[in-house]
Amino acid sequence: MNFDFSDDQKFLRDEARKFLEAQCTSAHVRAVLDDDAMSHNDEVWQKIVEMGWLGAAIPEEFGGLGLGMLELCVIAEELGRVLAPVPFGSSAYFFAEAVKLAGTEEQKAEWLPNVADGSIVGCLATTEGPGALSASSVQMIAKDGKLTGTKVPVTDGDVATHAAVLAKEGSGTGLYVVALDQDGVSRKSLKTIEPTRSHAEITFDGVPAKRLGNETGNGMTVLDQVMNRAAVLLAFEQLGGASRCLEMATEYAKERQAFGRPIGGNQAIKHKLADIYVKNEVARSNAYYGAWALSTDAAELPEAAAAARVAASEAFWFASKENIQTHGGMGFTWEVDCHLYYRRAKLLAVQAGSPAVWKEKLVSALEAKNAA
Amino acid sequence: MDFTDTTEEAAFRAQANAFLSQHLEPKKAAAIRSGRRDDYLQRAKDWQKVKAENQFAQITWPKEIGGRGGTPMQQVIWNQEESKFDAPTGPFAIGLGMCVPTVIAFGSDEHKKRYVQKALFGEEIWCQLFSEPAAGSDVAGLKTKAVKDGDDWVINGQKVWTSGAHYSDYGILLVRTDPDVPKHKGLTMFIVDMKQEGVDVRPIHQASGGSEFNEVYFTDVRIPDSDRLGEPGMGWKVALVTLMNERLAVGGSPGPDWAEIMDYARSSGSMSDQAFRAKLADWYVAAQGYKLTKFRTQTALSKGETPGPENSIGKVITANHLQDICNSAIEMQDHYGIISDKDHAPADAIFQESFMWAPGLRIAGGTDEILKNIIAERVLGLPQDVRVDKDKPFSAF
Repeated sequence: MNFDFSDDQKFLRDEARKFLEAQCTSAHVRAVLDDDAMSHNDEVWQKIVEMGWLGAAIPEEFGGLGLGMLELCVIAEELGRVLAPVPFGSSAYFFAEAVKLAGTEEQKAEWLPNVADGSIVGCLATTEGPGALSASSVQMIAKDGKLTGTKVPVTDGDVATHAAVLAKEGSGTGLYVVALDQDGVSRKSLKTIEPTRSHAEITFDGVPAKRLGNETGNGMTVLDQVMNRAAVLLAFEQLGGASRCLEMATEYAKERQAFGRPIGGNQAIKHKLADIYVKNEVARSNAYYGAWALSTDAAELPEAAAAARVAASEAFWFASKENIQTHGGMGFTWEVDCHLYYRRAKLLAVQAGSPAVWKEKLVSALEAKNAA
Repeated sequence: MDFTDTTEEAAFRAQANAFLSQHLEPKKAAAIRSGRRDDYLQRAKDWQKVKAENQFAQITWPKEIGGRGGTPMQQVIWNQEESKFDAPTGPFAIGLGMCVPTVIAFGSDEHKKRYVQKALFGEEIWCQLFSEPAAGSDVAGLKTKAVKDGDDWVINGQKVWTSGAHYSDYGILLVRTDPDVPKHKGLTMFIVDMKQEGVDVRPIHQASGGSEFNEVYFTDVRIPDSDRLGEPGMGWKVALVTLMNERLAVGGSPGPDWAEIMDYARSSGSMSDQAFRAKLADWYVAAQGYKLTKFRTQTALSKGETPGPENSIGKVITANHLQDICNSAIEMQDHYGIISDKDHAPADAIFQESFMWAPGLRIAGGTDEILKNIIAERVLGLPQDVRVDKDKPFSAF
């Protein structure tokens, strides 16, 4: 039994935490929050690029560090703690994992080294309207290697250089990679409840794109596998955010005086924070299991990823809203960071499918397993 | 990360499993709490003897006192393997897990010689006498008193919720010896002979219908001063050692879990209910969360480290989880769900029986509220509750 990260991975975590606490402060996040023209914090982004983290799980033959998925999980948790206002997840969890999973050797060689060194910023473009994603809801068309249609919202869509786009292809769907600096691509920034990560509406008007892999019509299947992988990584970001919320709420409850003593002495506050702790530990244990399944390509990945995502979405949502509540009126001011976590919690909970979608995936996986 | 044993752990697990297979039947699916056979107590004593003779009774105890001299990790492995079998361990859990370790820590050499072996070999059973009608969560507020009379102490008062008192031979008894000091400072711990005159054990008729717990009345019960554990007034410190000695929580779920309700939903055509599917996902996540958290604890033990506080989430999750699952299973059966008669009720009425047991589980061994206080104070470091009686003499209240 060794259900924990290795000493090397813990060392990486400690180093990442030190680095991010110094280089990605609340002021860096707020610079993006307060400036509508900023899609991300490029100063922070360039430093993260230099650290090589984008290539943590990209094999050395494709220009990465070739460390592994567990190392990427460790980094994800730390990025989540500080609400890194950068397109790391879009590029490393979604775009790179899609290419690694479905791309041909030529495609991997074309894009992965550039993702690893930051010269490509990837993103995933699937959503077109309200409601859960399904094959029948996709209107984007891929015909003769060209994309026509609109994706909205695309997370990090206005900073990305490339997108992996889900499109109808004959009677099925395909996942296409497209460079976003081409003629026929128009991008419009969107106002969202989470301004520290930019979102765009992207319209394609007959733009040349390359399908990932040689198979046609399997876009939804590939996407499902990409989502399982990204779900575990997102769960670690969520866990980082949820842990930080508990720390903030606990620190405040010890300091803030009311009725002659710290508010943290009242059971209404104590039990609230204990509830956050329980949800966070449930999320941590499920995330670790997801990490194990991801790093070993285990057959259990579908249910492990779904459980990790459901637990982490619930934990971060609960911790972020009750952190505001614990802070009282202060928690509802722009100056206190509580709302930044509340915003990020919601983005991460819906970005790759809402909790309802993942609960259904989880139960379907359990049914499939039980039937076998 | 991996879930495999080290070579040594695997060898010990195989050894434990071989021993268990030789003596016990594998546990049937869906463990059911009720319905223990009449000969349960005798079977428990026999099984305890066999374990002790083969040094499996207390893995971490030193060999000199009949243990195995093993590691906490080996104890975890043993517990995991034993739980796969139909092992009658209940009557010895409290005695060997909590009472006898207290005797070992605070008793004289005579006490250890007299009591430890007999308990280990299943010849004598122990119970723990702390809770009282007016002292549950606040157990230090107990009122049963002991008054010194020559070389004896004379005990009068009442204990409650005492598991197994009706078949116990000895108990550890926490009483008030000085009411004129603050409540934590006036307590003293004793060994008490449960079969002596003046000790009256009466079963409690629980809300669930069963009677697993007792009230114990003490009327002019005499205990020699030599059976005192720790100095007079030190009883609270002794009690904390007792409570810390609770066994490593490695048991399975206390009743039907997500798998049982999913089985039932499949057999009854309820899997198409979207609201049920969402709840099933939540139950799975919570159950996995607790199971995997125990794996984290086990990992720390395996590395020889002290586990973190994460295991404290256990009973808060499992008790509520059980109540919620049973409630849903009954509602899924609609009007028919009210039936607990096994001739009619689906799944041998496990949902109905556990539904009636669940409220007790949320209270026993620390209420949800006390456990959350403990997480808040000991894990998160929040201030203690206001305790208006903390520094005043107990007799002032």
